[in-house]
Amino acid sequence: MPWLSTLIAVPVVGAVAVALLPKGADKLAKQVALVVSLVVLALTLAVTIQFSPRGERFQYVETYDWIPSFGVHWGLAVDGIALVLIALSAVLVPVVILASWHDADGTGADNPPKRSVKTYFSLLLVLEAMMIGVFAATDIFLFYVFFEAMLIPMYFMIGSYGGVQRSYAAVKFLLYSLFGGLLMLVAVIALYGIAGRNTFMFPELVGVITDPTTQKWLFLGFFIAFAIKAPLWPFHTWLPDAAAQAPAGAAVLLVGVLDKVGTYGMLRFCLELFPDAAKFFTPLVLVLAVVGIVYGAIVAIGQTDMKRLIAYTSISHFGFIAMGVFAMTADSAAGATLYMVNHGFSTGVLFLVAGFLIYRRGSAYIADYGGVQKVAPLLAGAFLIAGLSGLSLPGLSSFVSEFMVLIGTFSSEAVAGINYAVFAIIATTGVILAAIYILWMYKRVAGGPTAESVAGMKDLNGREKWVVAPLIALIIGLGFYPKPLLDVINPAVDTTLANVSVTEHQAPVPVAEQKGAGE
Amino acid sequence: MEPVEIIQHSGGVIGVAWLMIALPLLGAAILLLGGRRTDRWGHLLGVVMSLASFAVAVLAFVELLGMSGDQRRREIELFQFIPGMVDMGLLIDPLSIAFALLITGVGSLIHIYSIGYMSHDPGRRRFFSYLNLFVAAMLLLVLADNYVGLYIGWEGVGLASYLLIGFWQHKPSAATAAQKAFIVNRVGDFGLAIGVFLIWTTFGSVAYGPVFQVAGQAEQGVLTAIGLLLLLGACGKSAQLPLQSWLLDAMEGPTPVSALIHAATMVTAGVYLVVRSGAAFFPVGSTAALVVTVVGVATLLAGAIIGTAKDDIKKGLAGSTMSQIGYMMLGAGLGPVGYVFAIGHLITHGFFKANLFLGAGSIMHAMNDEVDMRKYGGLRKLLPVTFVTFFIGYLAIIGFPLLSGYFTKDGIIETAMHHSPVLGWLAVLGAGITGFYMSRMVFMTFFGQKRWAEDAHPHESPAVMTVPLIILSIGSIFLGGYLVLGNTLANWLAPAVGGPEEPIEFHFVTTPGIATLVLVAIGAAFAWMKYGRAEVPVVAPRGSFVTTFARRDLYGDAINESLLMRPGQWLTRLAVFFDNRGVDGVVNGIAAGIGGTSGRLRRIQTGFARSYALSILFGAAVVAGALLLVGNI
Repeated sequence: MPWLSTLIAVPVVGAVAVALLPKGADKLAKQVALVVSLVVLALTLAVTIQFSPRGERFQYVETYDWIPSFGVHWGLAVDGIALVLIALSAVLVPVVILASWHDADGTGADNPPKRSVKTYFSLLLVLEAMMIGVFAATDIFLFYVFFEAMLIPMYFMIGSYGGVQRSYAAVKFLLYSLFGGLLMLVAVIALYGIAGRNTFMFPELVGVITDPTTQKWLFLGFFIAFAIKAPLWPFHTWLPDAAAQAPAGAAVLLVGVLDKVGTYGMLRFCLELFPDAAKFFTPLVLVLAVVGIVYGAIVAIGQTDMKRLIAYTSISHFGFIAMGVFAMTADSAAGATLYMVNHGFSTGVLFLVAGFLIYRRGSAYIADYGGVQKVAPLLAGAFLIAGLSGLSLPGLSSFVSEFMVLIGTFSSEAVAGINYAVFAIIATTGVILAAIYILWMYKRVAGGPTAESVAGMKDLNGREKWVVAPLIALIIGLGFYPKPLLDVINPAVDTTLANVSVTEHQAPVPVAEQKGAGE
Repeated sequence: MEPVEIIQHSGGVIGVAWLMIALPLLGAAILLLGGRRTDRWGHLLGVVMSLASFAVAVLAFVELLGMSGDQRRREIELFQFIPGMVDMGLLIDPLSIAFALLITGVGSLIHIYSIGYMSHDPGRRRFFSYLNLFVAAMLLLVLADNYVGLYIGWEGVGLASYLLIGFWQHKPSAATAAQKAFIVNRVGDFGLAIGVFLIWTTFGSVAYGPVFQVAGQAEQGVLTAIGLLLLLGACGKSAQLPLQSWLLDAMEGPTPVSALIHAATMVTAGVYLVVRSGAAFFPVGSTAALVVTVVGVATLLAGAIIGTAKDDIKKGLAGSTMSQIGYMMLGAGLGPVGYVFAIGHLITHGFFKANLFLGAGSIMHAMNDEVDMRKYGGLRKLLPVTFVTFFIGYLAIIGFPLLSGYFTKDGIIETAMHHSPVLGWLAVLGAGITGFYMSRMVFMTFFGQKRWAEDAHPHESPAVMTVPLIILSIGSIFLGGYLVLGNTLANWLAPAVGGPEEPIEFHFVTTPGIATLVLVAIGAAFAWMKYGRAEVPVVAPRGSFVTTFARRDLYGDAINESLLMRPGQWLTRLAVFFDNRGVDGVVNGIAAGIGGTSGRLRRIQTGFARSYALSILFGAAVVAGALLLVGNI
């Protein structure tokens, strides 16, 4: 059975079905979308369970000719890294659908949506198909197609259903991404031409480009596209606008999944296709990453708008992910991959709970809140747990990944006289800054005397509990027992790093043995 | 004597030692998830879970007692946490089980006391869930067999402390204090985290067994670095200079919390960390150990000085806690003999300080939550049980001969004196100041004229509160002598932390010992003249600059504010401005300039494509510029 094609087809069919529903059948549209996304989740679980971590790197391989004259294929397959990211998408979409139940209704908002309710849910399903496709694609051209196609549903979700400045934010988002995509397209075509293999299939292109200069130019084409997507400092300014203007659910998918395509692309394509260039650029990327970690956190502290604040924390977190990828140790890269998943859950629940608050109060400004804890303890509690996950509290999943990234980077070999431990140390200041931006936000929103404007605020309702509970359960569960994910991720990361000719997973050599060897 | 080898263990009570952590954790989960349905019996469940954990600790202790000394370090494996890096397991040895007994024993008493203390609070169930959470995290901290497990517990107790300091979130002062505690602790955690990274890269393991085995072979510089980084973590958690400022504000939490977390257990975690890592990273005579002792002495004096000027009974006790932990820290830097007294003082302090804090809570309970001692006075008749138990705690902390604190504190002073007279005499001085500020507290509260508010009707607390006080005061009397005389504690701890070359002999008559007693007596007499015999003004007099210095916590907050907070705020504003106007704005501006358009609105609408192209170009230029610096493509 072509599992991966099915995973892409089901939400597409669902999207069409939702779009074809009669006008006004809003509730039905929501229900159909939810059911379809749950079916996708069930299928994804089946795929995940059958995946054998110690088996072949790429499993569920599907290859069909698409444009034979150019060697373009409908090529799909997953390794451990792609699989966990698909699973992340499949978990988040039903949660987002449930959370967005009334976001497209437009009741009471001063900027009603420009399009219908069913369109919103149809777009969500289209987006899901694109997200699964982009992670499953093994044909680089197909990857590029999904990479660009993802923008379309997101553009409409921000532009038609977002906040007051939605068209500004949507256009900014679209143009940034298109520019990046354009650079990548040039690099993709150049890669095809220079490789001369008449194919875009990724496995056949690994190790083909050997000329150092060519590698560097092609690397830059891909890297800048991914750095905009992720986004890394200083390519980040589109994200706060887009995330703040997007409806909360769309913001979750934007920051939680779409942006991960950038860091995923760095790991899969930048490292494996252009290993020498990747090593050459490592110091530079690490500098950008560390600047992003600290800068994103400091700017986050100063934000007055909840969603912008969360967006800036993500810029800081993307710095961690990029650092883990480019430090190129088994721990740092596995940590970065795990980070992509965990960040999706933790930022997801943070955006969603912030969305619940904003929906009730009608404002995203932190100053408009105060004392929510007193009137809506569950809502405040969920907000706190989400926040604690954002500051990587041990016992919550984000801690494991951040710890692995930092310790992996700290232990990487000094290259060209630069000891990467310094980067890890600077990045670790992020744990202090994270405590400041999260707890200060929580204090202003939930602590202190109850503000008049929130006095009548209702606590989480049944639907909202169903949104929050699974994510929090995952965050805590994976916080104490990350092994199931790491078991899937580690072999794929080892293979990736082997292609960059970096040694596999192993502990540093203990002092005693070092001494023994020297004697 | 070196610490003995760690032995893999299965079966018995020790084999299920994880229950100690799991039971209170389960309690916390049930109470948090169960919501209002559990309101009626939630506090009882909390107590039961804590007691059950205590029972497991006692049984494990008994099992350990049944083994010979060289068999008493048992490790149990739990699960792979981070494959290839961290295997989670527990280390049950004399050191960890001593802590477990203290945490669950004193912890259970404080749980019971809280039934009474929090009986009128609508959030009592939530309170007990946080207490349970704290006990679980604290046990993970001391029982884990590796530094990552310790780190998880470390931040876990930080979370519980944050939740409990801010338990009355609607009070802005409580919300702020909670936040401050967490953030200051994170500064310490920064050090601890990097220390753990360095341990991993140096030794290829984060588990105590393998690390301690080869620690001696690493370079001295690396060992010192690890020691200092761990110490930074310890300073945060244990409120030692320079990370002390959060503890005084932490008194915003309900008083049982101050007793359990901010006196008896959590704040001693730093001492645990130093002693646990002692043989490897803080050997006697090393730079790291020297810094530990200096930090300890500086803090024991600073805390005592702060204690002299506080009119808030809880803040006075908080200063005293800082100071007493300073003593423990000092001991922890002095090798195996020091460890014995440091841990001994930690245990006795756990009893007498919990005793004093719960006593303070009982007084507040009687006085409508008044904390200002200037509005107390003459309470000894009305609160007889509280008075007697508080007085015993008082005698214990000032080191009255033969009471608990006498043995353990004197032990630290003697050991320090032996090591370095400067440290020793400063510790003696600290004891004298302790004599003053604790006497002041007792006289202001229980003696002299009534200075109560008009609506105050003091009454003794119910038995659920006084019985824990009585039990704790019994410990405050006898525990020190039991632990120190006959080398009970030294022999017990030796397999875990190493033992002194020769048995420690406790001398009752020594120069420093006599000097300490004389200074304490002078301090107490001085306090009697000023606060016992003389009338205490209800409004605090202005006092000299020294008083102000002490009242303002030695300007700790002012220093933090001007050195860290203000520059931080300034940096944040600058960064936000730069991000809005700089990275984005410069680009928008250039776009406008090139396009020759004017007016912000038009620029926003027509300059899109151009400005974003430039924005990306700007990013690419940064990349390219950096490349030119790095080398040619």
